[in-house]
Amino acid sequence: MMFETAFTPFQSLGGGALIGLGAVLLMLGLGRIFGATGIMSGLVFFENREELSWRVALVIGMVLAPVLLFAVTGSMPALTIPVSPAMIVIGGVIVGLGASLGSGCTSGHGVCGLSRFSIRSLVAVPTFMATAAITVFLIRHVFGG
Amino acid sequence: MKLIFALITGLVFGTGIAISGMMDPAKVLNFFDLAGTWDPSLAFVMGGALVITFFGYRLAWKRNAPLFGGRFQVPTGTDIDMKLVGGSALFGIGWGIAGFCPGAAIPALGTGRWEVALFLVAVVAGFYVRRLLSPVGSAKAAQ
Repeated sequence: MMFETAFTPFQSLGGGALIGLGAVLLMLGLGRIFGATGIMSGLVFFENREELSWRVALVIGMVLAPVLLFAVTGSMPALTIPVSPAMIVIGGVIVGLGASLGSGCTSGHGVCGLSRFSIRSLVAVPTFMATAAITVFLIRHVFGG
Repeated sequence: MKLIFALITGLVFGTGIAISGMMDPAKVLNFFDLAGTWDPSLAFVMGGALVITFFGYRLAWKRNAPLFGGRFQVPTGTDIDMKLVGGSALFGIGWGIAGFCPGAAIPALGTGRWEVALFLVAVVAGFYVRRLLSPVGSAKAAQ
């Protein structure tokens, strides 16, 4: 299923700046890369309480964000899911496998890695951007999603 | 204090994800749909995030250590191997199928949509598949 979505350059730029600010704060305060895959796998396969506690606090803050936005603005952020639950499961397993094998996802390689000019991220980001675009093309325009 | 700082940091990041459109799979998939209902907004998300992170990191690193102690832990690997390229390629395929990535799905959980929880459970299942394929122990943490 395809849905038109509105082009939102200003919200996206402003939201992106806040994402960057979050990444900077985590580095400034705790000296860590803001990689969602690493943070999630650190929750699942935690090594000690010290490493677990800040990740739990961080994730609680992340989950509270739309709730706070709802409290302030009176509406939840837009969230339209144009794919089936089966595709969410299949996509999710592949995301988990791929991001852990490749040591990062959009936040870790994309935001934190590219801003440091990490050579691994400079390879990873164009790779996953390309395969995502090819996948969407195949699903929507070849197999007719 | 450290935990309150972490919570506020998560809140800032999550608010950015929500405002930017990253947590909306329809918008994410449209960003990749160059041949269809293309929406270039997410390039602005990445642009905004990169500018702030580029300058912010450099300011943060002027300090000798993070505010709450320890040291700055930055990945230093430079090896381009099959795990990096193949893993990233797979990640993109999954992202293109589901429309969610982990950093967007965690804040999206706060909207209360059950599909988001389903996605995150599937991601954790993917972590376990990776461990079955090649046990890593605690060797190399993902970013």
